[in-house]
Amino acid sequence: MWPYLLKRILATIPVVLVVMVIVFLMLRLTPGDPAANIAGDAATSEDIAELRVKLGLEEPLPVQFAIYAKNLLKGDFGESFYYKRPVMSMVADGIEPTLSLALFTIVIACLIAVPLGTLAAFKQGSWVDRLIMAFSVIGFSVPVFVIGYVLIYFLAVKLEWFPVQGYQRIGDGVAGWAYRLILPATALSVIFIALIARMTRTSVLEVLNEDYIRTARAKGLPQSKVLLKHALRNAAVPIVTVIGIAIAILISGVVVTESVFVIPGLGLLTLDAIQGRDYPTVQALILLFSLVYIIVNLLIDVAYTLLDPRIRY
Amino acid sequence: MPLDQHNVLSVKNLTIDLPRNADRKHAVRDVSFDVAPGEVVCLVGESGSGKSVIAFSVMGLLAKALNVSAGSIELEGEHLVDVTEDRLRELRCTRMGMIFQEPMTALNPVMRCGDQIDEVLQEHTKLSSDQRRQKVLDMIEQVHLPDPQRMYSSYPHQLSGGQRQRIMIAMALILEPVLLIADEPTTALDVTTQAQILHLIRELQSEKQTGVLFITHDFGVVAELGDRVAVLKQGELVEFGTTRQVLSAPQHPYTQMLISSVPRHEPPDRKPLAHDAPVVLRTEKLKKQYFSFSLGKRRNVVDAAVDISVEIRKGETLGVVGESGSGKSTVARCITWLIESTDGKIYLSGDNIAQLNSKELRKLRRKVQIIFQDPYRSLNPRRTVGQSIIEGPMNYGESKADAIQHARELMELVQLNPDGLDRYPHQFSGGQRQRVCIARALAMRPELLVADEAVSALDVSVQAQVLTLLEEIRDRMQLAMLFITHDLRVAAQVCDTVAVMSKGRVVEYGSAKEMFQNPQHEYTKALFEAAPGRDFVFGGNPNSM
Amino acid sequence: MSPIRYSIRASDTDMSDNIISEESAESVDYSHQPSVWSRLMRNPSVIIGGLLIALIVSLVPAAPFLTPLDPTDISPRNRNKVPGFETIHKDDQGNRYTQVAHMGTDKLGRDVFARVIYGARVSLMVGLLVAVIAVSIGLFIGLIAGYFRLVDAVVMRVMDGLMAIPAILLAIALVSLSGATLFTVIMAIVIPEIPRVVRLVRSIVLAIREEPYVEAAISVGTPTPKILYRHVLPNTIAPLIVQGTFICGSAILLEAILSFLGVGVPPEIPTWGNIMAQGRDLFQIYPHSIFYPGIFLTLTVLAINMLGDGLRDAIDPRMSKEI
Repeated sequence: MWPYLLKRILATIPVVLVVMVIVFLMLRLTPGDPAANIAGDAATSEDIAELRVKLGLEEPLPVQFAIYAKNLLKGDFGESFYYKRPVMSMVADGIEPTLSLALFTIVIACLIAVPLGTLAAFKQGSWVDRLIMAFSVIGFSVPVFVIGYVLIYFLAVKLEWFPVQGYQRIGDGVAGWAYRLILPATALSVIFIALIARMTRTSVLEVLNEDYIRTARAKGLPQSKVLLKHALRNAAVPIVTVIGIAIAILISGVVVTESVFVIPGLGLLTLDAIQGRDYPTVQALILLFSLVYIIVNLLIDVAYTLLDPRIRY
Repeated sequence: MPLDQHNVLSVKNLTIDLPRNADRKHAVRDVSFDVAPGEVVCLVGESGSGKSVIAFSVMGLLAKALNVSAGSIELEGEHLVDVTEDRLRELRCTRMGMIFQEPMTALNPVMRCGDQIDEVLQEHTKLSSDQRRQKVLDMIEQVHLPDPQRMYSSYPHQLSGGQRQRIMIAMALILEPVLLIADEPTTALDVTTQAQILHLIRELQSEKQTGVLFITHDFGVVAELGDRVAVLKQGELVEFGTTRQVLSAPQHPYTQMLISSVPRHEPPDRKPLAHDAPVVLRTEKLKKQYFSFSLGKRRNVVDAAVDISVEIRKGETLGVVGESGSGKSTVARCITWLIESTDGKIYLSGDNIAQLNSKELRKLRRKVQIIFQDPYRSLNPRRTVGQSIIEGPMNYGESKADAIQHARELMELVQLNPDGLDRYPHQFSGGQRQRVCIARALAMRPELLVADEAVSALDVSVQAQVLTLLEEIRDRMQLAMLFITHDLRVAAQVCDTVAVMSKGRVVEYGSAKEMFQNPQHEYTKALFEAAPGRDFVFGGNPNSM
Repeated sequence: MSPIRYSIRASDTDMSDNIISEESAESVDYSHQPSVWSRLMRNPSVIIGGLLIALIVSLVPAAPFLTPLDPTDISPRNRNKVPGFETIHKDDQGNRYTQVAHMGTDKLGRDVFARVIYGARVSLMVGLLVAVIAVSIGLFIGLIAGYFRLVDAVVMRVMDGLMAIPAILLAIALVSLSGATLFTVIMAIVIPEIPRVVRLVRSIVLAIREEPYVEAAISVGTPTPKILYRHVLPNTIAPLIVQGTFICGSAILLEAILSFLGVGVPPEIPTWGNIMAQGRDLFQIYPHSIFYPGIFLTLTVLAINMLGDGLRDAIDPRMSKEI
């Protein structure tokens, strides 16, 4: 087990490096002088020159990268231009709403999608299957902000069942926290339900064609046991994989959802930073989100070893 | 044998329809046979004969697209065709058990073997968990698996193919059903493992007087195991009788044809090679190793082939025989330069081709051509047969017109209609495709033809035809041939010399005639010993092939 | 899996069934499966999706005939009108005429109907261009990576890295750094899509290069570029058409999101995302600026995804796992 883990962790290092390089180069290789870009239209040439020095842009690229990497290793993600405070402290403020929204969404999505997908696979070709699959295509096509506004308009503005926008910290009461998360999480979960239900259906269908399912039936097991004991467990690996891939979509969705529902999380922070041309903050946040994706997928790989004994340690 | 009037299984006038868009109306038509207690009935036939469909229909496990349209299936007098799913489920494993072809995939990979057997007891008995565990361990012991405790807690991937099949047998027989259905249970296994599994099935069924319905395509297995045999052709039963009767004096022409196609176990007399026949291929201490680098720098070395020194002369066939993992295909792939050898020399008409750069290699490459095992995958489905055949010659500068003319001649040589050049591979049957592959190889005007299990995927009657063709071609074109096979009988038919491989090494190397009469090495002896139906005298006319 | 399988093989149980006693017939047509085209034409998703797309695409040439109004015309007197309101306009000669604002107007008085209709142009163009560019680049990189081990190791690490960066954030950052023009928006959407294409192509190449017919081509001396072109490339086309369709859908979505968040195409260009961005402030009173473009956007993406689904099922049902 441990050598496998170590190997897997080592394998993420090049990926992290590549992400670092991309994020680093993004600012430097885009057309035009980044300092001029950052300083904005009203800046004088002295302002820009000063900024270039401050950003370390006068150094050769490798040196710049070395400094950048060294700072990152020390946990220093830079300082916001706009707020003049360390980016990490701003991130700390935004983590709770973002994490709440993401987890709420994933939990809702899995609870609904896995049973739906299994049902569709089991009733393959029936109207239940068609209905679920039709929902899946639609769910995959409706943009999250459109769902968000539909929900806000009908459930919050017209019916007034929910607050229109906003967020309540968990420390100020769990009930209010959950209540205010229902609409955004529902809006965001639609695409995941669609995605996970579809993947569940595909993998369960595939597993149902396996020889060992035939063996299980030849043993005289009832359908329900064949499905739950033999099929679902084997279908779990691809389902978990798609949840891992979905993290990337989730992060993108979080940015949009936070913007629609005005939730003061990392997504909104990123958008504000971009609008304010606060590049150190933008850089740090992109890097952070990417690390989350890498780490979640690392954890999922580790989960495989629990789900499937064939994976060698 | 069938003295008891209460048959375990009796199938009467069974007809099973195929879906509408299939190539024929019925998967099985009007088939009747029965199985008595303690008796082994073999259902034998080529692919597409409907033999497995019958097996699955008895278990009630037919694919949804197929359904029984007429006839009856009775298990100890109980009708199974119209019985409820619940009743069928009660009968499975209690009255009838089944084992399958692929032991690799028939067990659930994420469940421990013992738990998978235990599931049967949980479902069908009211035993306590301790009793169940004891019973499972007893059963594991009965199928002669070592260390039952460890087997109980092993996952399928930790066991060998033979061991998995034993687990399957344990699972099927733990509740002592009256009927065991075995669907080609040894086809995917090596010959020595097959012999052990057949022996085990024989032992357990005679002990418990279980009736066995054994599906197979291999007449050797039939001879070894069957009390009675039913021969199927395209869903219809053409002959049903005792094994001795059917195998030594087949009545139906189809059965006669099938049985005469079974290669004999003794090599036929061959005219000796000319003494001055030049050596086409000689390998000297050929070696192929695979390295795997793991953490730290320790690397695992796998010796796929070690110290292979063989030679083939013009007009000669060298057979390389071995079980899976013996390294026989590795040798073929090194010689054809599909993989690079690690060490040693490969002389092709005197030139060492083992360590060449790609440019020099290209010049020599056309002298060695290979035919692969799977006729369905060795032709590009998107290109016409003609395009596939002329691809090689045109790579070496032949004009298109010449190449096509040559291809037409070759099509005739392999007994296909030259007009077929414009067709796509899916319009040909497996045997025909293999002929096309032979034509493609010959189009290069090779000196050495490598056949890597080239007839293993074919039905026995087609196999016989392709083997005959290969021999004719070799003689006519005076080719040297390297014939890789796992099937001793096939090797006996076509090879002048044989190299037996085991664990990457050649353990015995010599003339086929002598080796088959008097094998020297222990492994060769064991291999010959294990060949099913070895001592059986098959009927039919051996000269007809 | 699907009924199609049964038509290829008579049953799952008796493998390679369906073959009439091998050499008995000179040549039998074993292709009982209906052609891809006829399967496409019987697939409801393909038909519905295709018709919907045709309808939306027809908006491109039809826009000037559907409304006389210029989608960029600002008119203070017509601000924030609800759908159905008659707005007053001047034509080129200065004559006044009224026009029913079917979908209302936005906060600058621009006609939402005109903007939505013209917005189809930008969305469809972005979708198509992104799909074509991403597939072409991805195909090239994927072929190379799949066939050459050394390149593979490097390329795939870079692709893994690109995959790790959330698409929206990567696109937002690229657009805001290089200036919001239509071109940069398209490139910013293309870049995060490339790794997905590369992975697909590479997986196909890796599978195909193990096929015996490729080994056969090697042993008859076919040079590598020809092997790639002749034996490998044709196998990538069908999956890439399917993947390209899905990319087209997600590109339209991503463009809308970028514009909606205010970091996409310049706001004066009418795109569905821009229209919605304009409507955000007054959404609770005038939801039409968000709902109408939202409906068009959803229908377009839905139609494309349905088409993609149908194509995938018709071309190869087993592909659903990879895409």
